[in-house]
Amino acid sequence: MDFDYAALGLKAGIEIHQQLNTREKLFCHCPTVLRDVTEHNGEFYRYLRATVSEMGEMDRAAREEMMVMRPFTYYAYDTTCLAENDEEPPTPMNPEALDLVLTFARMMGMTPVEQVHIMRKMVIDGSNTSGFQRTALVALNGSLPMGARIESICLEEEAAQRVEDTIFSLDRLGIPLAEITTAPDMHTPEAVKDVASYIGMLLRSTMKVKRGIGTIRQDVNISIRDGARVEIKGVQELRLIEEVVRREVQRQVSLLSIRDELLARHASVDEASHDVTALFKKTGSAILKRAKAIHAICLRGFAGMVGREIQPGRRLGSEMSDYAKKCGVGGLFHTDELPAYGVTEAEVASLREAVNAGPDDCVIIVADTKQKVVCAIGLIRKRAEMAMAGVPEETRKMLEEGSSAYMRPLPGAARMYPETDVLPVTVTAEYYSSLVLPELLSDKADRFVRDMGLDAALAHQMVYSKRCVLFEETVRRGVRPTLAATTLLSTLRELSRDGADVAAVSDEALLDLLVRVETGTVAKEAILPIIRALSEGADIEATIDAMAPAVSREEVRAVICQTIIERDAFVREQGMRAVGPLMGVVMKELRGRADGKIISELLKEELGKVI
Amino acid sequence: MMASGTEVICRYAGADLEARYITDRDGMAVIKLKSGYNIGVDPACLTVVAPPEVVKAGEVTVIKQNPSLPELSIISTGGTIASCVDHRTGAVTSQFTAEDIMRAIPGLGDIARFRSAVLANILSENMTPAIWQTLAQSVYTEIKNGAEGIIVTHGTDTMSHSAAAVSFMLDTPVPVVFVGSQRSADRPSSDNVMNTLASAAAATSDLGEVVVVMHATTNDDICAIHRGTRVRKMHTSRRDAFQSFGVAPIGTVAYPSLDVSLSSNAVRRRPDTEPALLATLEDKVGLVTFYPGMQADVLHAFDGYRGLVVNGTGLGHVSSSLVGDLKSLVDAGTTVVMTSQCLNGRVCDRVYETGRDLLSAGVVEGDAMLPEVAYVKLMWVLGQTNDTEEAVRLMTTPLRGEFTRSSENGF
Repeated sequence: MDFDYAALGLKAGIEIHQQLNTREKLFCHCPTVLRDVTEHNGEFYRYLRATVSEMGEMDRAAREEMMVMRPFTYYAYDTTCLAENDEEPPTPMNPEALDLVLTFARMMGMTPVEQVHIMRKMVIDGSNTSGFQRTALVALNGSLPMGARIESICLEEEAAQRVEDTIFSLDRLGIPLAEITTAPDMHTPEAVKDVASYIGMLLRSTMKVKRGIGTIRQDVNISIRDGARVEIKGVQELRLIEEVVRREVQRQVSLLSIRDELLARHASVDEASHDVTALFKKTGSAILKRAKAIHAICLRGFAGMVGREIQPGRRLGSEMSDYAKKCGVGGLFHTDELPAYGVTEAEVASLREAVNAGPDDCVIIVADTKQKVVCAIGLIRKRAEMAMAGVPEETRKMLEEGSSAYMRPLPGAARMYPETDVLPVTVTAEYYSSLVLPELLSDKADRFVRDMGLDAALAHQMVYSKRCVLFEETVRRGVRPTLAATTLLSTLRELSRDGADVAAVSDEALLDLLVRVETGTVAKEAILPIIRALSEGADIEATIDAMAPAVSREEVRAVICQTIIERDAFVREQGMRAVGPLMGVVMKELRGRADGKIISELLKEELGKVI
Repeated sequence: MMASGTEVICRYAGADLEARYITDRDGMAVIKLKSGYNIGVDPACLTVVAPPEVVKAGEVTVIKQNPSLPELSIISTGGTIASCVDHRTGAVTSQFTAEDIMRAIPGLGDIARFRSAVLANILSENMTPAIWQTLAQSVYTEIKNGAEGIIVTHGTDTMSHSAAAVSFMLDTPVPVVFVGSQRSADRPSSDNVMNTLASAAAATSDLGEVVVVMHATTNDDICAIHRGTRVRKMHTSRRDAFQSFGVAPIGTVAYPSLDVSLSSNAVRRRPDTEPALLATLEDKVGLVTFYPGMQADVLHAFDGYRGLVVNGTGLGHVSSSLVGDLKSLVDAGTTVVMTSQCLNGRVCDRVYETGRDLLSAGVVEGDAMLPEVAYVKLMWVLGQTNDTEEAVRLMTTPLRGEFTRSSENGF
């Protein structure tokens, strides 16, 4: 589905979170490595509680997380320390990380903060052992060449990774994270993708950011006219970002049309809820049968609306269900989808009767313990009332393929207070202007085309490759750019497809090999088998000795002469046409130890003498 | 300087930022932006827009005390057991009144009724023997006035010193529970809530002695109840920093159930007994740690003191070269008590020659007492008697479980 985004007044901005590939974490000296959860060597569990503020108020997002009080379990590793366990004060802010974020800032023409203050941002979903995330505003107001304004760049600590439900892994906690926030300057899904992609390129240009899935995450802020600002978190793949925007626009448009219809119908939400546990005593629905309590609420004038699709795979009912789940229930049933799931038509009829529902009304039921059910019905009522007001401001999480589910209300600004354990850091103008800016990958690709004669596609692949630094070094050492690029991209890819562990082959070995090929001591044909051997852990010298000992021109000539003598009749009969077939024979004999060009040259020379 | 909370506009990076002025720091004005972030800027870029808004005392939850529950008294000495964050300015404030503490620690009201007294508001490293005396007096008064248990909130650095001091000064028939937090009370992960709830549970339990209640592990699972004369802070920052020496913790409080379990050697509540207070302390008492290479002048700095606790090596030693200097202290009337840096185990100066020389010099074996406990006890003992022999007798007699006649074998 596509929309006239200009007419809808689409405004979108993005927040990009990029993990930094620093040696140590942001506030402790642990390495920034991710681990397999099976390697954890300890675990502990804690409860988190939102601290009340002066006014006795609690942040609305924090309050909602608190509804279900449960302990969080944390996995510790031999690469994590007491700081991640929230058992030790933080170290001073990692200067390598600050340096890198200021470099990003300078690349986007931003103004650095003179005195950077580290804040504690309250987060009690369990992903931070302390209950807050340390974060600092580092620079303000920049812009991109395509015109989008950059509002701010922050340096913060990465949260712990959720293993499942209430279990978190501490390896990721504390990895430095740059958070780049754009102004809501994008007006089409495509513009959002372009800006995200450009910022990603810019960050990668420093060669000091983490790579791979999950190391860069986009949050997208989207609103349309009459809609509301919605933040969708955790878009990990650039290819989905346009779809996320499209589907959110679709959701807001649908919610607005539901609102209009509800208003036209004079819809209302009942204050009262009903205990209907007795109605389902003998039900065929397993969930309802085993529930301790089943409560119902009647939404007057909502019939057909709760079950209406608002984006692929999502209905208004799904939104209500997301809210209800905050109370720990599994979900809800609504009469737009009943009878189904083992609930009979007769049961639906008696349910409708129990709550005095007419044909225009929708009845929602929740089944669980009484406490959870009461909590859930309260939130469903709240969400139903929101439906009559339009689109609620929310933080949502992306689902597979680009739809989204409710996470929590948009947090207020009220979540931050100073991190008193870390001293502020002064950024002087001299320091800022002394930062060395890297060449942009886009400029680098242009240079590879212009100065090295790579074709555009190969150049693009090369600049985004992990071996790009190696590539430049190789070329600097005199290796032909095309040979280097083809080896580092195509050959490695081919080997990788064959199952070789090419990541295990060091840059030093590849450089050594390519220089030898360039200077003619190893034949080009031997590159692939040698790298394969290297990927299996072989030593480069030994491999070359075994597979491709250096062969002198004279040795090659000797092999050629021998071959010609052995095939005397064939040579006489074919004349110079024998070059092709003999090439194969000689190459096989030399097993890639000599360059094909040299063989061909000498073969023609020797044939010329005989014929 | 403008008032904290003043609304300002900050001309910065080509834009006008709306902010609140917070404070000055190293020549910079710290302002809080709308986003919640603080930044430090040149004060010259600020323009005042409005004075700090007068915050209406918002709807404060009324705390109801349940009259059917036992009455406890919370005495604050300065350790922050409860705090509030003012998100407007980012300021963190400690809470001291019973109602404020109960508001900040939900669940407290289900355990007991509370009254509260603020005795001091100091960092625990600034604690003094004079405040220990005021504290003991105040605990005594609260018990006399009917409190069925006392909670003393205390900074963790010297909490064990205070607990030991109150142990000797006060003979209590009800639980006197010292509690603190290792991780600041403003953080959602703070140990304050669990420690305080556990301390309240311990204070309503069958205990009848001075104890310290703190996390037993890094998990939020169990608090240990430590005897006030056997406990020590053994880690700078971990939640489970407090450990008992020479005796297992005398009880536990499970969390979140708050079930209290007491060991057989925990002193029980004595409802028909009146508290007794003997709060005199001798303050000319010192504590010195021996180290290889120590020179005699360090010991002579204590010339004229009435008591000196030596934190010696191993079984209770100083270098033989210092034995004569300790003897001259003893001869001049200083009671010298030997303890061990090992913390675990008993002092025995009869095994090696240096030890025997120390005994001949008149040094008293401090048995299994922790060095700082021996120090506090010696202050109290010398506050009670001027008779050296009586002082030695008291130092070598367990009074509040500071050592036991038999060592636990650890099985």
